[in-house]
Amino acid sequence: MSSKSIAPPIQDQAALHTAGEHVVNRESGTSIASTRKRYSADDNAFLRSPWLNRLLPFGLPLLLLIGWQLLTANGWIAGNILPTPVEVFRALIRLLGTGELVENIAVSTSRALSGFAIGGGLGFLLGVVNGISQLWEKISDSSIQMIRNIPHLSLIPLVIVWFGIGEEAKLFLVSLGVFFPVYLNTFHGIRSVDRGLVEMGKVYGLSRLALYIHIILPGALPSILVGIRYALGIMWLTLIVAETVAADAGIGYMAMNAREFMQMDVIVLSILLYALLGKLSDSMAKLLEKRWLRWNPVLSRK
Amino acid sequence: MTVDQAAFLHVDHIGKRFGERQILSQVDITIERGEFVAIVGRSGCGKSTLLRLIAGLEQPTSGQISIDRDTKASSAAGAEGRRSTRFLFQESRLLPWKSVLDNVRLGIPDKNRHTAREALAQVGLADREKEWPGILSGGQKQRVALARALASRPDLLLLDEPLGALDALTRIEMQQLIERLWIEQELTIVLVTHDVSEAVALADRVLLIEEGHIALDMRITLDRPRERDSGFAHFENQILGRLLQRDNRQPLPMVRQPNFSI
Repeated sequence: MSSKSIAPPIQDQAALHTAGEHVVNRESGTSIASTRKRYSADDNAFLRSPWLNRLLPFGLPLLLLIGWQLLTANGWIAGNILPTPVEVFRALIRLLGTGELVENIAVSTSRALSGFAIGGGLGFLLGVVNGISQLWEKISDSSIQMIRNIPHLSLIPLVIVWFGIGEEAKLFLVSLGVFFPVYLNTFHGIRSVDRGLVEMGKVYGLSRLALYIHIILPGALPSILVGIRYALGIMWLTLIVAETVAADAGIGYMAMNAREFMQMDVIVLSILLYALLGKLSDSMAKLLEKRWLRWNPVLSRK
Repeated sequence: MTVDQAAFLHVDHIGKRFGERQILSQVDITIERGEFVAIVGRSGCGKSTLLRLIAGLEQPTSGQISIDRDTKASSAAGAEGRRSTRFLFQESRLLPWKSVLDNVRLGIPDKNRHTAREALAQVGLADREKEWPGILSGGQKQRVALARALASRPDLLLLDEPLGALDALTRIEMQQLIERLWIEQELTIVLVTHDVSEAVALADRVLLIEEGHIALDMRITLDRPRERDSGFAHFENQILGRLLQRDNRQPLPMVRQPNFSI
């Protein structure tokens, strides 16, 4: 996916949010304004209380969990189709006790992160080089665009032939998947840095290096972070598929192994773990965004 | 105009063309050290291009520009030596990801915090040094940009319609600020503007550019601080009259004609 289609929604969300707050904070005006104010005040009643605000995102998952428990415990859904949440929780405790779970999570996480570091690092470097140099862009960009359009997961048969089911196979797939969003967004970010600011830097006597450190990279950072957030999603997705197809350790392996013995609770636990890990890495990326883009009046909310 | 010893900035037979379009041709200007020169003209007459040529942002097609840097002044300017040219753009061009203070420090060769604070105090924004530029008003941003330009104590300041986007009150405040700093810091200033009254209010000399040539070079002999009195209006009218002259020569097209007869 191109960065252009990713970037705007996030900014729009933030803009909507601030716009909403603005309406709430406004003092009452004419009758039309005050009805509008009451409307949005009702809408945002939950958002105004800090406690409710913090708990609200957990409401829907909790509701789903209760529904799931009701459906499975009463036998409306058979136990060999879907285990109850309590059973899944017991599996969690059991696997934590044997140390199996911690080990598998560690294996999966280190695969994910090293793949991300390699693919993301290469994508970033190439994005910077192509963003700066028209010549390199001419040489490499069309090849990159062609490779980008191959679904990287379709390479699995080839990868198994090349690397077997070892670590290299997973590393390769994750790196490949992560490479493109980071590359595209870095490239796009650098190309869309305000030319006026670069010109200002030149007039004020900044060296080439200082120009990159103080103007071009910070200017590209919002776009790069969007690429990283998107890449983190692809990172887990790729790893799940790769581990499920062929692995001898990791969360995906744990799930496939449990299938052999019809351990439904372990299978569901593995799936939930992926959801949690994905959410965790997304939150981390969000945190980076908040720290590094504090200056952005659209993103910083007081 | 004669080239005398005090000549500081010398624009010598400058010509500039973009493709087929000749923007400037055979422009000669001599500016003395410490002079405040305003360049006015219609939009698209090449006045901004002239300023960018002086700044070295564009290369002339013909002719040359020389700036005579006083070596004594440069040793007094500090260890960094050479005093420099600074440019104030129409937009503030502050880096949104740097605090106000760090933006000002960008203009100082040794990045000295103390110097940056002094420059901010000069434009009356000492208490805003920790803010992000994004929350400042247009006038405040332009004042920070002015502090950034002046922090390195340049000897030549080029202003490219820096007040064009400001409201009338802020604009007058900024004009007074620029005039005060010009007197305090012994600057040479070249101001490009489309506002004739701004030019008359600030400049020692007003140059009018028309079709790529200097069409008028007028010395404003009013005392400072300048009041908008009849003397002021006299200069303003004279320059405006010259600016609009070209249109008056052409007869107005007949828009309404009586279509009835008795």
